[in-house]
Amino acid sequence: MLSVSIVGGSGYVGGELLRLLLGHPHVEVRQVTSERLAGQYVYSTHPNLRGRTELRYSPQSSLEPCDVLILALPHSSAAKNIEHYAGLGQAIIDCSADFRLRDPEAYSRWYGEKHPAPHWLERFVYGLPELYREQIRSTRYVSGVGCNATAINLALLPLVKAGLIDQTKPVVAEVKVGSSEAGAVANDGSHHAERSGVVRSFAPVGHRHTAEIMQAHGLENVHISITSVEMVRGALATCHVFTQGSVNERDLWRAYRAAAAEQPFLRIVHDRSGLHRHPEPKILAGSNYADIGWALDEATGRVVALCALDNLMKGAAGAAIQCLNLMHGFEETVGLEFTGLHPV
Amino acid sequence: MSAQCPECEGTIALAADILDGEIVPCPDCGAELEVVSLNPVVLELAPEVEEDWGE
Ligand SMILES: [Zn+2]
Repeated sequence: MLSVSIVGGSGYVGGELLRLLLGHPHVEVRQVTSERLAGQYVYSTHPNLRGRTELRYSPQSSLEPCDVLILALPHSSAAKNIEHYAGLGQAIIDCSADFRLRDPEAYSRWYGEKHPAPHWLERFVYGLPELYREQIRSTRYVSGVGCNATAINLALLPLVKAGLIDQTKPVVAEVKVGSSEAGAVANDGSHHAERSGVVRSFAPVGHRHTAEIMQAHGLENVHISITSVEMVRGALATCHVFTQGSVNERDLWRAYRAAAAEQPFLRIVHDRSGLHRHPEPKILAGSNYADIGWALDEATGRVVALCALDNLMKGAAGAAIQCLNLMHGFEETVGLEFTGLHPV
Repeated sequence: MSAQCPECEGTIALAADILDGEIVPCPDCGAELEVVSLNPVVLELAPEVEEDWGE
C-alpha cells in the first residue's frame, strides 16, 4: 500500500482528495493536516466522509514521512517550505499554483512577486496527463493544474494538436464557473444574498491561468475571461478560434478523435440532436471526465471549442490522483471510475 | 459487421441480420442513419424532424 498524507486537507480540494484516496485500492491515507482543526475528525468538515474514516486532523508539526505528500495549501505556502516537504514525502503533488509555471519570469509577471524557490520549478512536471503523461510517469514532483486553465487547455487540445488554429488571430476563451472555485472560506462575494443567482464577470481580463495555457500550448495570442454563474461545481470553457484554411465537420471529427484517443478521461460530445449535444458541466459533478466538443461556423472559419469539467475533480483533486496513479505505475483510472449523476 | 458513418466517419457496429431500410444511430455523432443497401452495407443520413426547444 502506498502511504499518502494530505497537507492542508480542510478545503474543498482537500475533501475531494480524501474522498478519492479513501476509495483507492492501493492507497492508505496516513495523515491529513489542518492547523485550525487539529484534533477534529475530518468528517466534521467533509460530512460526506462520515463512516468512511476515523481520521482526525493533525497539525503540520506532527507530519511523518510518507510515500506521497499531497499539498493543498494557500498560494505560496508550498513554495516557501518545499525543502521541508521534500524531506517528508518520497513524492510530492502540489495542488497550488506555486509550481505550475516552468519559467520564473513568467511566474513574477503573473503573480506579481519573485518565486520563493525558483530552482525547484524545473523539477516539477505540470500535472496534465493529456499533455505530459510520459514525464509524469517518471517524476517525483507534479504540480496541480488550474481548473479554468484545464478547461481551456483541453478544449483547445484537438485544434492545437492538429495545427488548425490561425495564430495570427486571437484565441478568446470564456469560462463559466461555479462557486466552489472560490474555496471553502467565506468572503463578501460568497454571502448567499450576493452569490445566489449571480452571473458575475469576476476576471474579464488578466486571469493568472492565462500563463498555464500559453505554457501548455505555446500560444501567445490567447485571452481569457472568467464568469461566476449559478452552480456549485463545474466549469464550462467556450473558446473562440479561427482556423487556418477551410475546415469542415469531418476535419474536426478527425482532429478530436486523434486528440481523445487513449485519453481515458476525454470524451467527445458532439451530437447532431438531443438535449445533450454539447459538453455540460452539470452531469460531471464528482467525475474526472472532461467532455470536449465544438461547433463550427463554416462561413467564417470560427470554431467554438468547448470543454466541461468538474473544477474540483479534473480541475484539481481528480487530476492529482490521475497523476498519482501514473507516477506509481497504477492503472490511470483507478479510484476515478465515478461517472457523475443524472439527473442531479 | 460494421460500417462507416457518412457524417462523422465513426465506426458503427451492425447486427448480422440488419435489414434494408433499417434506421441505426451513430454512437459518436448521434446521426440517424438509414441502411440504403446491403452487401456491402451503405448508410445514408435519414430525414430528421427539426427540433425546437422554444428558446
Ligand atoms: Zn456519426
